[in-house]
Amino acid sequence: MSPPVAPAGWSRWLVPPAALSVHLSIGQAYAWSVFKPPLESALGLSGTQSALPFQLGIVMLGLSAAFGGTLVERNGPRWAMTVALICFSSGFLLSALGAATEQYWLIVLGYGFVGGIGLGIGYISPVSTLIKWFPDRPGMATGIAIMGFGGGALIASPWSAQMLESFGSDSSGIALAFLVHGLSYAVFMLLGVVLVRVPRTGRSPDGEPAALPGPRVPARSAVRTPQFWCLWIVLCTNVTAGIGILEKAAPMITDFFADSSAPVSATAAAGFVALLSAANMAGRIGWSSTSDLIGRKNIYRVYLGAGALMYTLIALFGDSSKPLFVLCALVILSFYGGGFATVPAYLKDLFGTYEVGAIHGRLLTAWSTAGVLGPLIVNWIADRQEEAGRHGASLYGLSFVIMIGLLVVGLAANEFVRPVHARHHLPEPKEAADDRRHQSA
Amino acid sequence: MTGDTSPPSTGRRGLIAFSWLWVGAPLAYGLYELVRKATQLFTG
Repeated sequence: MSPPVAPAGWSRWLVPPAALSVHLSIGQAYAWSVFKPPLESALGLSGTQSALPFQLGIVMLGLSAAFGGTLVERNGPRWAMTVALICFSSGFLLSALGAATEQYWLIVLGYGFVGGIGLGIGYISPVSTLIKWFPDRPGMATGIAIMGFGGGALIASPWSAQMLESFGSDSSGIALAFLVHGLSYAVFMLLGVVLVRVPRTGRSPDGEPAALPGPRVPARSAVRTPQFWCLWIVLCTNVTAGIGILEKAAPMITDFFADSSAPVSATAAAGFVALLSAANMAGRIGWSSTSDLIGRKNIYRVYLGAGALMYTLIALFGDSSKPLFVLCALVILSFYGGGFATVPAYLKDLFGTYEVGAIHGRLLTAWSTAGVLGPLIVNWIADRQEEAGRHGASLYGLSFVIMIGLLVVGLAANEFVRPVHARHHLPEPKEAADDRRHQSA
Repeated sequence: MTGDTSPPSTGRRGLIAFSWLWVGAPLAYGLYELVRKATQLFTG
């Protein structure tokens, strides 16, 4: 399948909404928890069982992004968005069938396995296209799309909850909710499939060169460079630090101020979690756009260095000042979002646009690793501290020290990032070289 | 260098507006719900 090439006069401002229609849809994954209690009561599942479709979905996201990246590059964004639409929507339709017939395995297979492939392919589908359309502002362009992934949960969470309230929380109500989700997301994502276009090779529609000449490093070579693995460590440590807060945000703020004169209520803790989501989203677009101005290496120095400082402030003074605790947590979460959104532009700087989507897919294994590592560190340590008779802020002190250490490791890895050696570059295609010669003549 | 820099035609302008509205409307709904929930930190 050949990628859809933009006709003359096609505006690049049509590409971000195409990307957003996919990312806002697949971002629903983070709102899966809405379905957990109804599934548990309707199908008699345990908490671990009801989390399985989401967990399998995230595993499949990582695997399909890592292994499907080259296919996405070869077949283009329309193919990738179509695959994402079919997989994500049919995942919901299979789950609807599973809920209606009370066959739980169908929900795991549908939402987790089939839908998870849609998550991975959908996540990387617009990345390289956006970078090619916005070579002057790649951070902003990918920031818009990846902000959509955060925004998807904001939309789906209240929407799914309202639907379950209307249809009922029994198995037929859940089945109907899944069915409506599958059909609605199919229609919504269709905009991306219809609108997405790649710029003409070597030339934009008005005859200018479409992208700056840069390195052309294939994905199979990129994974053999130290730069790739330095960035892998950078992303993994930054995400682990963010998840360290995000995973236990509500109990954490409650524990921190349990012995104070103004303890935090469950309602206020829910408000804190919502604020963290806002900071996560704002960081994706805000920090990623800032990276276009100050450079990718510098922005990661901020994420990792200032992130370590924020964790230090929480560890030392967090339990004495609620505003300080909230502010530091918000900054850390904004860095978490920013780290996700800026990494495609960092990859483009190092490896060029040639197979940046495929390289990005492989790098997302760092996310999967951090997704296991972050919650494991915080929960395991909190449990051990509780067993030792500690309570309040002291449950988290050691976790925070580990997070600071990880961020320092990430900061060091970022310092080791250098331009990729020319032996990994592919030669420039003749057509592009001729175009540049004509431009300069 | 940056794609099409010439002003889009009226039809394309309509398409741009429609596509941004398509994604912007649900996002605005999500943000509204988020703000409602986040205020609970200060009132709850």
